[in-house]
Amino acid sequence: MSREKTQAELEAQFQAKIDAEEKIEPKDWMPEKYRLNVLRQMSQHAHSEVIGMQPEGNWITRAPTLHRKCVLLAKVQDEGGHGLYLYSAAETLGTSREEMNEALHSGRAKYASIFNYPAITWADMGAIGWLVDGAAIVNQVSLQRTSYGPYSRGMVRICKEESFHQRQGYHIMMVLMRGSDAQKQMAQDALNRFWWPSMMMFGPHDAESAHSAQSMKWKIKRQSNDELRQKFVDQSVAQAEEIGLVIPDPDLKWNEERGHYDFGEIDWEEFNQVISGNGPCNRQRLAHHVKAEEEGEWVRDAMAAYETKKRQRSAKAAA
Amino acid sequence: MSEHMKLFEVFLRSKRGLDHKHVGSLHAEDPQQALEYARDIYTRRSEGVSIWVVNSTDIVASQEDDCESFYDPQDDKPYRHATHYQLPEAVNNM
Ligand SMILES: [Fe+2]
Ligand SMILES: [Fe+2]
Repeated sequence: MSREKTQAELEAQFQAKIDAEEKIEPKDWMPEKYRLNVLRQMSQHAHSEVIGMQPEGNWITRAPTLHRKCVLLAKVQDEGGHGLYLYSAAETLGTSREEMNEALHSGRAKYASIFNYPAITWADMGAIGWLVDGAAIVNQVSLQRTSYGPYSRGMVRICKEESFHQRQGYHIMMVLMRGSDAQKQMAQDALNRFWWPSMMMFGPHDAESAHSAQSMKWKIKRQSNDELRQKFVDQSVAQAEEIGLVIPDPDLKWNEERGHYDFGEIDWEEFNQVISGNGPCNRQRLAHHVKAEEEGEWVRDAMAAYETKKRQRSAKAAA
Repeated sequence: MSEHMKLFEVFLRSKRGLDHKHVGSLHAEDPQQALEYARDIYTRRSEGVSIWVVNSTDIVASQEDDCESFYDPQDDKPYRHATHYQLPEAVNNM
């Protein structure tokens, strides 16, 4: 008979698996802190997908052509699906949809701060697709290699679907930049407003990031916030230049030695304000989510009632 | 003639990190037995690190004939694909 393994032995075995690039699957033993860490990240990611439907959903009826309307509708529908993939991956760690929603509504669970900015012009649909989805893709491509199996597989599925999101956004910007002066101005203004919030999507500097070191050791995160942010800047500059947009950062310049662009400092005061609930739309986004949940109650009730009735009917038929 | 044992569908995860894939089915008295049979039949050459067995009667399946009416292949929605958006060559790797 083998004796029970000690906590230390289990943890060493767990870390060895991670170091060997093996994935952790739902029924494996895992440290409680790992479980909570992955859960926090997945629920935050899921909430971001769903809350992220609001700024774009707001433009579906106002898109300038039928084609743009179809595209936007398809994109928002995708984001809802991404939420579902991530919620169900999170549920493999022993939480429920109700618990996650409750945590969101009470403010214990977060979502990406970018969605607390309003989308006030049509060009914002361009900026969001190009920059916000662009930043999300940089992050998600990296997370395809995360150590938790269900999260990793969810990311692979999501990345496949994301590919058109960024391109349709960039396409909106491109078309505006070929238009009238007013249209060009509208595109530039959207970039001006969304650039810095997009940069903030990667989170605090590595040195200040509360969960980063442990997340990297457990390979929940594969690249640091600053590395991912740099990647985003490097890819965005050429994209902006190609269509004549100017990134609103006077410190942005190519650094030959590093082989990367240098860029200015993020306004961390603004970042902190927005994540602690004081961004331009925080209350509105949450209130809308709560309202949608409440207004959907009768549908869930009706479905449950129908199920009960069906069961009673088939019981009667069998009797 | 004795009644045949229940049918189970067998799914294997060939490697950590991959999805379970359907590999076949077998008859067994109960789930535990099905799991053991699946081990003996489907994993003799280290084909899997994890096995799922599911009662075949618990599987609800769509029919291929229903395809069009049940889930439209959406061939009329090319804008769901990245290739639909023509971008300048310099940024086309987006
Ligand atoms: Fe998404
Ligand atoms: Fe997206």
